[in-house]
Amino acid sequence: MNMTLFKGKQRKILPGFGLSMGYTVFYLSAIVLVPLSTIVISAFGMNPETFFGAISSPRVLASYRLSVSTALLASLFDAVAGFLTAWTLVRYRFPGRRILDALVDLPFALPTAVAGICFATLYSPVGWLGQFLAKINMELINKPSGIVIALIFIGFPFVVRTVQPVIAELEPEIEESAQSLGANRWQTFRKILLPHLFPALLTGITLAFARGIGEYGSVIFIAGNLPFKTEIAPLMIMTKLDQFDYNGASAVAFVLLLISFTMLILLNGVQRWQQKAYQ
Amino acid sequence: MSIEIRNITKSYPGYTALDDISLSIRTGELIALLGPSGCGKTTLLRIIAGLETADKGSIILEDKDTTNLPAREKNVGFVFQHYALFRRLNVFDNVAFGLNVRPSSQRQSKSEIRDRVMHLLQLVQMEWAVKRYPSQLSGGQRQRIALARALAVNPKVLLLDEPFSALDAKVRLELRRWLRKLHEDIHVTSIFVTHDQEEALELADRIVVINKGKIEQLGSPQEVYDHPANAFVYNFLGNVNVFQGRIRNGKVVIGDHPVDTPHLLDGHEEKNGQAFIRPHEIGVSRIRSSESDLVGKIRDIRIMGSQIGLELETTGFEKLIEAEIPRDTWRNLQLNRGDEVFVTLNKVKVFTGDYEI
Ligand SMILES: Nc1ncnc2c1ncn2[C@@H]1O[C@H](COP(=O)(O)OP(=O)(O)O)[C@@H](O)[C@H]1O
Ligand SMILES: [Mg+2]
Repeated sequence: MNMTLFKGKQRKILPGFGLSMGYTVFYLSAIVLVPLSTIVISAFGMNPETFFGAISSPRVLASYRLSVSTALLASLFDAVAGFLTAWTLVRYRFPGRRILDALVDLPFALPTAVAGICFATLYSPVGWLGQFLAKINMELINKPSGIVIALIFIGFPFVVRTVQPVIAELEPEIEESAQSLGANRWQTFRKILLPHLFPALLTGITLAFARGIGEYGSVIFIAGNLPFKTEIAPLMIMTKLDQFDYNGASAVAFVLLLISFTMLILLNGVQRWQQKAYQ
Repeated sequence: MSIEIRNITKSYPGYTALDDISLSIRTGELIALLGPSGCGKTTLLRIIAGLETADKGSIILEDKDTTNLPAREKNVGFVFQHYALFRRLNVFDNVAFGLNVRPSSQRQSKSEIRDRVMHLLQLVQMEWAVKRYPSQLSGGQRQRIALARALAVNPKVLLLDEPFSALDAKVRLELRRWLRKLHEDIHVTSIFVTHDQEEALELADRIVVINKGKIEQLGSPQEVYDHPANAFVYNFLGNVNVFQGRIRNGKVVIGDHPVDTPHLLDGHEEKNGQAFIRPHEIGVSRIRSSESDLVGKIRDIRIMGSQIGLELETTGFEKLIEAEIPRDTWRNLQLNRGDEVFVTLNKVKVFTGDYEI
């Protein structure tokens, strides 16, 4: 499919291919590739001992573990909440639907530090929600669970916005024919809807997860940043930079970059495999 | 299974989609619901299937009131206009779906399901596609799979909502005949919705003509075509010339041309009426065959295949008359544009009252 784009006949149909491709490559290079490559280059420029020393210190390992596990939990939660929200937005007409639809993007638009301060205020033992949580002996501030809450907020729109268009293109007749054939709601969901939405859902989860691993601003206000307990990986980079340990910071960053890339490549592979089966 | 539709009424805000519809359908019958787009055909079908609820009335399937049953308990097969196949399942799993979702106590064994699916695929002549996905099939093939899927669960009745309308003309014709034959083999009570009068006439045991949520006429294709109950039905069942006229003493006067209408002898006062003449019920000749022939001039000739369409300008009528004659007649008469011909109105149907089209 991509190959045909380069053939003469196609170029006439899509004028300006050269220009737009050039622009895309330039843009990607200037904004994405060049900054990222500095990390790769400095990581590879290090001697292996410094590199592995930096990324295998117990404190850094703990931060990776924390970041990955909280991001994973949050993205799985987002999968459920995001799917339900997307379903509601597409399938039902109710007053305030448009406003709700617009609100979904709030985590995209809001400066993450603002979100972080909101959470910190909200969940502090004297905050609106925190006081009730305190009564049942549940505390979110300075706890991994607080990080998960922040990451759920940050990742939520990724799931909604990837799943929403796929639900919209799924005709209600599909469900109706399942019902007519005797399927109950769970069977309709499990056997028809879920397989159909799975690739989009997976994309949403992956994006939310990748974002969650890298999230900094909204987390540090609520996490308390206790070494070995609530210190996330991006914070390790900041800490190392504060100590002028540029090599260490690059090494930690490189691993984060590697995780993100692996996720995206895995995602791509899964989607291709899915596509192959049905098209 | 017989279907009894009693006083079904359904309104949407500011619009009555179905207005007190009653209809009974005999076991094994193939009924066509015929009507223009938006007349409520789909709504009626969806109410029968339990996909929509009626405001009033009831649906009785074989002496059992099923009005309030949810769709999945109705055991009604539904074939949608746009197939609604499960895209992520292959043909086999699509057809097997209804059998696989049965509660385990009623579910057949894997091999029984396999046999049933293969039997149905054979019935719709699609065994070769068992491993394909819907996206790898043409529209006509998809619709046959949708039909097999609906039939797999042995539905009490089969509902088809304009199943062939998204297909091109040739495939549509083929599938129509094929469906007629299939129905003769399996005899499941069926309601076939269409807005195509030819399809209804060719396919159905009986036709129900619907307009604006009301039944206009119910009858065999021949009854409906030869004895349309009113102006709407006449007009809807094929091409027709319509002329406004005055009815007086058993004659209708169109322009300055009187036509006998023996069935409208009652009363002596003048009434408004409309005369309907089908294009193929107009004769064209080089020689005058009777006193009442009109003198006309050929304005245009359209070659439509086996029939030839003529546009005739006559002295008495202010509108052009559309006529259709067999190709052979046209060739024998050697008609050309501008020729003068004699026009015989073989069959004029007059309805009183004002009716807007
Ligand atoms: N969900 C709905 N809400 C409002 N109006 C509807 C709805 N469904 C159908 N209608 C209206 O009811 C009328 C009949 O629709 P339908 O049964 O789909 O007609 P048909 O199938 O004969 O073309 C149409 O005028 C349509 O606009
Ligand atoms: Mg319809």
